[in-house]
Parts: sequence; C-alpha cells; structure tokens
Amino acid sequence: MTALVAVSRRSFLSASLVAGAALCFRARLTLADEAGAGAGVLNVFVRINPDNTVTIGAKNPEIGQGVKTMLPMLIAEELDVDWEQVRIEQTLANDKLYGPQSAGGSRATPVNWLPMRQAGATARQMLVAAASAQWGVAADAITTGGGMVRHAPSGRSATYASLAAAASAVPPPPLDSVPLKPDSTFRIIGTPRRGVDTPAILQGKPLFGIDTALPGMVHAAIEACPVFQGTIASFDGDAARAVKGVLAVVPINSGLVPKGKSDALAVVADSWWTAQQARKLLKIDWDTAAQTRFSTQGYAAQALAAQGGPPQGDILRKGDVAAALSGAARTLSAKYDYPFLAHATLEPQNCTGLFQDGALTLWAPAQSPANGRRQVADILGLPPESITIHMTRIGGGFGRRLMSDYMVQVAQIARAVPGKPVKMIYTRADDIRHDYYRPAGWHDLTAGLDKDGRLVALSDHFVSFGADGEPVRAAEMEETEFPAQIVPNVHFGVTYLPTNLPTGWLRAPTSNAMAFVFQSFLDEAAEAAEVDLPTFVLRTLGEDRMLPAVDRAPQFNTGRARKVIAEACAFAGWDGGRSKGRTGKGRGFGFYFSHAGYFAEVVDATVSGTGEIGIEKIWVVGDIGSQVINPLNAEHQVQGSVIDGLSQAMIGQKVDQVDGAIVQENFDGFPLLRINEAPPEVAVKFVTSPFPPTGLGEPALPPVIPALANAIYAATGRRIRSLPMRLDEAST
Amino acid sequence: MAINLKVNQNRHSVSVDPEKPLLWVLREDLHLPGTKFGCGAGLCGACTVLLDGQAVRSCQTPVGSVGEAAVTTIEDVASLPAGRHVVEAWADLDVPQCGYCQAGQIMSATWLLGQMPQPKDDEIDAAMSGNICRCLTYLRIRKAIRQAANAQAKGSAA
Repeated sequence: MTALVAVSRRSFLSASLVAGAALCFRARLTLADEAGAGAGVLNVFVRINPDNTVTIGAKNPEIGQGVKTMLPMLIAEELDVDWEQVRIEQTLANDKLYGPQSAGGSRATPVNWLPMRQAGATARQMLVAAASAQWGVAADAITTGGGMVRHAPSGRSATYASLAAAASAVPPPPLDSVPLKPDSTFRIIGTPRRGVDTPAILQGKPLFGIDTALPGMVHAAIEACPVFQGTIASFDGDAARAVKGVLAVVPINSGLVPKGKSDALAVVADSWWTAQQARKLLKIDWDTAAQTRFSTQGYAAQALAAQGGPPQGDILRKGDVAAALSGAARTLSAKYDYPFLAHATLEPQNCTGLFQDGALTLWAPAQSPANGRRQVADILGLPPESITIHMTRIGGGFGRRLMSDYMVQVAQIARAVPGKPVKMIYTRADDIRHDYYRPAGWHDLTAGLDKDGRLVALSDHFVSFGADGEPVRAAEMEETEFPAQIVPNVHFGVTYLPTNLPTGWLRAPTSNAMAFVFQSFLDEAAEAAEVDLPTFVLRTLGEDRMLPAVDRAPQFNTGRARKVIAEACAFAGWDGGRSKGRTGKGRGFGFYFSHAGYFAEVVDATVSGTGEIGIEKIWVVGDIGSQVINPLNAEHQVQGSVIDGLSQAMIGQKVDQVDGAIVQENFDGFPLLRINEAPPEVAVKFVTSPFPPTGLGEPALPPVIPALANAIYAATGRRIRSLPMRLDEAST
Repeated sequence: MAINLKVNQNRHSVSVDPEKPLLWVLREDLHLPGTKFGCGAGLCGACTVLLDGQAVRSCQTPVGSVGEAAVTTIEDVASLPAGRHVVEAWADLDVPQCGYCQAGQIMSATWLLGQMPQPKDDEIDAAMSGNICRCLTYLRIRKAIRQAANAQAKGSAA
C-alpha cells in the first residue's frame, strides 16, 4: 500500500481555478533523481512491475463515484498499456506529492483530465527514450501499445518491464509539453470499465474505514452534546470507567466550541460493543442555555415574518424590477421552501488513529483529507507533516465527509491512549444528530411577463441562515441563478437567520434546492405565458452565446443548454406535457446547469387518489463535454443521482430541530428511498460537445426534483412548493 | 461465557456477553468485517446474514440466540448455489457504487433466489425493500437478480 509513496522521485501537480469559469491547469512534474529510486518507478503514479503489469496510483478518495477506477484510466490510456495489465493502489494523502486530493464538487474530472494523462504520457516517453538509446534508433520511429515498445523497421520489440530500469533513469520530459493522444485513438478512455474494488467488495474484504483492524486496536464510542455549540459543564465518568474492558473516558472538542472547552465524551474500551454499553452510564451536565432557543418551527415563523418586510441585503439588483412589474402584461408570485437535510451515509462516521512518539497516523474515510490534516494539526498543536493519513474506501460521502469532525475527535482520543490504535464509530443516531446539514431555505418569488410571454422581471426574497450579512456554509445563492443573467430586471434580496446548526455541502450543494425552486416557478411562469416549460426556457435562453462567469459561478453556454433541452424532449417524446387532463398521470420537465454539467430531465409520474406518488419513467440528457470517460459508471452515477433527488423530494426526508437538537435518530424518522419506491427505468443519454470533460457525481441530481414537481402539477393541478412533497398539504 | 458458533462452515467458540449482537461478534471477535453496521435497529439491512439459509438482521440477533444454526456471511456466500449466481451477476453488472450496503443486498438476494427461483419484479422489490442502498443502485440490483435467476435456471436445466 505504501509502495507508491516510498519513491524518491517527486512530482507536483497543481491545478488552479483561473478567474472565471472553466478550470485551467498549471501542471508541473518536478522529478529529482535520488539514490535508491525503486526499479521501474517512473513517477509517483506509475510503477512498471517485472511481470509487465503496471501499478498505477489512485490519488483521490473513493466514495462510490468511481474515481479510483477513472483517474488510473487516464494514466493507462497515455501510458499505452492494456487495462488488463493495470493494478491500482490507493495513494496516501499527500497533496504536495500528488496534487489536489478531494472528493467534492464533481471536480476530479476537470482538475485531473490533463495532469493524469500527462503523468501517463511522460512515463511512456521515458520508456520510448530508453528503447531508443538501447537500440540506437530514433525515438520517433518507435511505437507503443499493450505495454510493449516496437521498432517496425528493424522488427525489434520489448516489454515495458524489460525497459523499466533504464527508463527510470531517463530525465522525464516536461509535463506540460509532452504530446498527448488525439481523442480518436483512445482505447481506454470512453470504454466501459468495472470498478476496481468490485471483486473485493463482493467478497466482503476489509476496504472501508470502519473495517480498519490493527494489532492491539481499541475502540471508542462518543457521546456528543445533542445541542450544537453546547459544552460540558461537568461530568462523572466513574460508572463507565468501572465497566470491565473500559480503558478511558476522554473529554473531546469536536471543533464546534472554543478551544479549551469540550462538547463530547469518548469512552474507550476493548470492544465497540463494550464502549457503547459503558457510554450509557456517563453522567454529563451540558451547558446549552444559549442554544436551546433554536428550532425548525421557530425558523419557519421567522422566515415568514422576514418575507413580510424588506430583505437584509441584496444578492443582485439590476434594472428596475418595480417599474417592470407595473408595466408587465402578467405577473405571478409564489413562495417556495425546503428543509434541513442530513447526509445519512450508510457507513456511519468513523475514523481510526494511532498517536505514537509525537506523531499521528489516521485511517480516515475522508473526502478532504487535507482539510482534516489542517484541523487535526491545529487542535493537537502538531506540525501537519507529522500526521500520516491513509485514505480508506468510503461507504458513501455525499458531502458529509468533506467535514473533518471525526478526524478531529479520534485524534484527541488517540492522544489520550498513546501507543494504542483506536477506532471510533458513530451509532446511526450519532450520525444523524451530529451532521453538517443542508441548510433550509425560503423563497418569495415574483415574475413579470410582457405581452409576448417573455420574462421581463424577476424578484426573490430568499431567507436562509447566516450572520453578519454572510451565509453559513452551503446557504449561499448566486447572482447568476438561472435565468437572472438573461432577464433585464432582477432583484434577489436575502435575509439570513441565526442558527446553531452546523451546515455543510450535500450532493449538488445549493443546486439541489435552487433547481427545485426556480425550475418549478418557471413552470408556473410558462403556464402563465401559455407555453410548456422547455419552450419557455428555450425562449428565455435566446441565441447561442456564453454568459460570463461571476465570482464563484462559472460561465454558462446557452447553446449547450439548448442542445440538452432539445435532446431530452426528443428522447422522451415530449409533446407539450400531459398537462390539461388532471388524470392522475402527468409529465414534467426540468433543466439545470451545475458543476459544469448541463442536464435536462423528463419525469412521467402518477398520483393516486390517496396522494401516493409513483414514477413511471425518467429520461435524462446530459452534456459533460467531449468525453464520457467510463460510460459504465457514468450511466450508474446519473441513475443514482436522479433517484437520490427523488429520495430528497418524495419520501418525507427532513430533519427537525427542537430545543437546539435534532430530533430524528434513524431511518424510520429520516427515510432513505427503498427499492420498492425506485422508478422502473431511468434512461440516460449523453450528448458530447467540444469542451474538456467535467464531472458527474452531482449535476444530474438537481433537475429531477422540479421535473417531478412539474409532473405532479400536470397530473393533479396541484403545485408542490414545499419539500419534502406532501400532497395532502399542497395548495392548488 | 463461551458460545459455540458455526460460521461459514467453520466452528468457533467465543467468550462474549450472549446479548452482544451477532453483527459485532462477526466483526470484532471473528474478524469477518464483510457484514456491515448501518443502523443498529434492523432498518437498513446492511448487516444481513443467513441463519440456516434464512435472511436475518445480525444487528438484532443476540449471539446467544444463534444456537446450532449455521451462519453464512458475505465472505462465504458464493459457496451456496444461489449465492454464486448472485455474486457473479453483481460482478458482471458492476452493481456497487460505494459498495457499503452490497453485502447485505447480496445476502437478501441469495435468500430470495433460494426461496423463489424466478421472482417477478414486484416480488424482487418486496423481498429487497429491507435493504437500503444510499447510492441508489436499485436499478442494477433488480437487473442483477433477474440475471442471477436466469443463470440459476440454466444451470439447473443443464
């Protein structure tokens, strides 16, 4: 597992977000020859083995998005080996060595599309150079393929393995000028490849963080203050300590309270089962006086009151909305809202740590190990380089594991039992009640249409959470929210409410909520304009052009948007929507652009007399650029994302806060969609466009929620303006 | 107290509290981590194992209640005829995304095909509805069960 890390050659790959929109890259491979470089090690990602297999380092955390297979595909393609020759190893977390290593924002593809290919191509070039020197022939007369080097004029050939030692002494060519294959010659990119870990998963092999097992390992349970930002006033751990097998009771700072205070107690024992039993005997007085005022009912009342007055601030003000509305041929207004959500990864939060000789080793199912390293270094007062992080396979991320609280917690527990590896595991109740939640939000929207049914004015009073005029994490709304960049008169005002709930990114953050609000409201506007939603969106988009990037929001290609909308309508046989019959069957449409992906989706839904929602079929068309790197996984990611959207919308998902704490504790209170609720079919189609490929973990999710809401409207005449969907309460 | 168990065709003796769930005995005491902890309440199915061929939630099964029943976990499910077809179909269709729930899914599917060699679509959904997949791989799970059922039928006809 450490073989790829122990090499003495170093490569630095750095990616930067260039102002504006598309991701661009500065990639630099700095290779320094040092004594003892492993035979066949061509760079930190590539090692040629004596049997002519190739070990490729997978550098990013695998959360089920397929990145452990996909990134090595890019390297293997340019290295010019057969996929069957490839062995894949997860690297350590070390962004100085490997470049950015995080699983978030659907960014692995755009960030790594060039650097990973360049890493493979430089290794190939070194092998060619070695052959050229050995045979005394020109390098450009040498071809490669299937892990072989060939010189046709002389009929000579050699395996990569036979050249590996010589190649590893060749000065590596500059990374950013190494020639890359033209797309038309790809043999791995664009072909279906199964997940590298699938065989091990099917044999029950220990892959996940929770499976970490080390000699002498002890186990920890954690009792954290149920009220966020509450602290321990006093505690009595004697009864817990008296349980046979218990080793320690350790006060912990989870990162939500000031340094020097504690908000959790860990019980360390010889088994997790024992630790859980002993945990029940802890006596803790919490200081929660300042936080018990927070509740979801209270937020809803405050949001309603806020929307009765002017917003605290502006996100966007352009043109003259008041004048445009008063001159509009038609106006419409509606309020939309959505709840706090937990992530509920199926593998509960956990982490394993070993503190020894002033250094810490972590085995972390973490989406952002670099963030974890920073936070752990800070709380323990350790130099970051004294922390070693092994990246385990992760039993679901969805953004939860971009946060590092479990690393911070286990680091403190490990320091309290030095020399003993300790594994901390949350119960399901711990996991749901100590999440970083998708923030709730409320929108008060008004639109104005001219006599031709064009959108001329749009306003929103958005209420979510924040302080001092700044949103909390994942509560922001962009000024580019579609179609604000196109409509001439727009006012997006905002009011931020205080909360003690920690918030965080949930798969397709902000988009998972905004798509529902805006694509549903645009369906209302389309109806007022007497057209269907695809027609209305196409009319609003206008001619093909690039809308500029603004702050964090990327540029937006209206032509790519038009194309996926047209293709989705053709794919589904869209006929204007079955909107007039109110027959209990309906068809809805939604379009959204997020994480650099353009997606248009159509949902056929049914609503029974008792208000039960059924899905007949979903059609998805996406544009993620010039290549779909692994089509087998791509289809699956899209299907999973789309059904994840249904899970957010139609089965009652929400978390409620009472007296400062979250109420739900398990999958009875916080349901996840089950197989009997899943649609029979999600048909997926990609259209390609001449742009660098982008990611797929997220962008297919947002449009399905409004497409379903719009289908329900078509079926019943009832507008769904609140999530989770409840037909018994929906207004007409 | 020593408890004797028959797991994956091997006999074991463990000294644990008989109330300790079978799940944690498998994971902690027998070092078989393939069976997963998801909810601790019988709500997600990640911990599903077979007890004399019957699918049970091992997080809700006190180890003291197992008695003479033969326990089969993901680590040995392929030794069962239906299990082998299920695992092969899962591999062929690349069903897992994160993979965390899949041991439980496979155990439930193996139980289903043992009981009902050619389940209809609604029977698949009913039998599998206790197993949550947070990555929502349900479309491939259904397809894999149909594929395994067909492979099993061909195998027994041959």
